[in-house]
Amino acid sequence: MKIAVCIKQVPTRDWQPRLNEAKTWIREQDANFEMNEPDAYALEEALRLREKQGGEVVVCSAGPARVAQVLREALARGADRAIHVEDEGLGNADAFVIAGALAAAMKDEQFDLVLTGLQSDDQGFAQTGVILAERLNRSHATIIMDVQVNGSELRVKRELEGGWFQWVVMPLPAVLTIQSGINQLRYATLKGIMAAKKKEIRKAAVPGGATAAAKSRILALYPPEKAKKTHLISGSPAEAAKELVRRLRDDARVIG
Amino acid sequence: MILVIGEQRSGKLNRATWEAIAGAQQLAGLGANQPIIVLVAGANVDAVASELAAAAVQEVVVIADAALEPYTPDGYTAALQQAVAQLSPSTIVLPHTYQTRDFAPKLAARLDRAIVTDVTAVKRVGNDVAFVRPMFQGKLTADVAPEGPGPHFVTFQIGAFRADQAARGTAAAPVRKLAIPVDAGAIRQKPEAPFQEARQAVDLSQAERIVSVGRGIKEQSNIPLAQALADALGAELAASRPICDAGWLPMERQVGSSGQTVAPKLYLALGISGAIQHLVGMKGSSTIVAINKDPDAPIFEVADYGIVGDLFEIVPALTAALKT
Repeated sequence: MKIAVCIKQVPTRDWQPRLNEAKTWIREQDANFEMNEPDAYALEEALRLREKQGGEVVVCSAGPARVAQVLREALARGADRAIHVEDEGLGNADAFVIAGALAAAMKDEQFDLVLTGLQSDDQGFAQTGVILAERLNRSHATIIMDVQVNGSELRVKRELEGGWFQWVVMPLPAVLTIQSGINQLRYATLKGIMAAKKKEIRKAAVPGGATAAAKSRILALYPPEKAKKTHLISGSPAEAAKELVRRLRDDARVIG
Repeated sequence: MILVIGEQRSGKLNRATWEAIAGAQQLAGLGANQPIIVLVAGANVDAVASELAAAAVQEVVVIADAALEPYTPDGYTAALQQAVAQLSPSTIVLPHTYQTRDFAPKLAARLDRAIVTDVTAVKRVGNDVAFVRPMFQGKLTADVAPEGPGPHFVTFQIGAFRADQAARGTAAAPVRKLAIPVDAGAIRQKPEAPFQEARQAVDLSQAERIVSVGRGIKEQSNIPLAQALADALGAELAASRPICDAGWLPMERQVGSSGQTVAPKLYLALGISGAIQHLVGMKGSSTIVAINKDPDAPIFEVADYGIVGDLFEIVPALTAALKT
């Protein structure tokens, strides 16, 4: 089975946002980056499927030079090779641009299955996998919590809202967007890190310029406006705790 | 014209449709008060259509076809592509549900039109209409303008507009059936019946007080710290998604879009950053307390009371303070 996993590199969780001068994007030079978490689960699922089915796992990313770091990490975790659609204009690209760039780089590969995270922790569109399915003319399903392969058929567990699920059967080839928590992640071993150095990262260019296909524009980026006025309680832990209890008893009246 | 695509399952309307109508009405008010049409698709949608006809909209249109029940992305995309061609809307509005996330980007890609997802507000910026949406896990907010020819797709975040704010009409809007053939043979997905994993033993929606833990709890061995505080408060213990993913607490205790929606008198968030998927599940709580080491964590945007600091020091102090 030939499986592609599309991964994105996003700022780390503890990153404190700083904006560029135009206030239309972040100051990338201040950020540390890591693999988008749902994509890490998609990679893990692909590695598990390969262990059961045999075949190849190819990790793909569309982004600036910096994304080579997460491709290398995916190779260290066990992916066989990588495709890097490289363009400096892809760092803040919308889902149409990213999906178009990935589809172009993947079209000659004839993947049986394409996995990606359900959304990214940066722009959070939750669109790329679905647009990619349409561009590749593949069946798809989103927010997947289990993947079963039965010959040329796929049976996947789709998460619905509020604790509901649904199994969906569809033919291969297909595209799935994977939900966090579908499996337990593995981390790279030293052996894996060494092996990754010898693995291929194929570079591909974005056809027709990186941003030509963009369908949205960020007019302004700013810190969120507060929905409520928060009473911040300071002091030592004991003082703050005592004050909070007093407020919850006397002001909010939500405890006895 | 603004087209609102409603959502129903087995003849039952998803209330988020009313939120989308409220959002569409607000969007219409920003411009030249464009008319609004609401569309609903499925096998037996007459009752849902008449329910929606109460809205102050120009009309309700229906695609009635057995091939659209249950929902599939292929069926919906094929049917809605034809509906969009017939109706020529300038904007298409949907609630940002899991179902919308499953087909709307596909439909937008098929039509090669812009889609702005997870929108919380609409506003005017100069001559443009901008759509406000969270980015970077809620750490930043963006004003986004769709580019290129219409129709532009917009999906509204659950809870961004209130269902009861959707204006009702003085008389019922007319309901019209669209003539749209759906080729059942071209639908590749075969869905089975929806199910719940296990009987939900804990109904968090009925809890008066909830103590909820997030990534900040660091390790499973720290959960008893939160449990002790919950016991002292007479509260149920809950968690954000990563904690349940890791198996530290059962899935049935998860609060958020993929778990339970709660609105207790007191919601105490320990080490929860406040990603939007979590906020939609708890922001209706009467009093929200956040304890977090990061003063910029988005959870503080919805918190009534906040303590910035180390939860491993504050939580035991809080448990002790409650006992005095």
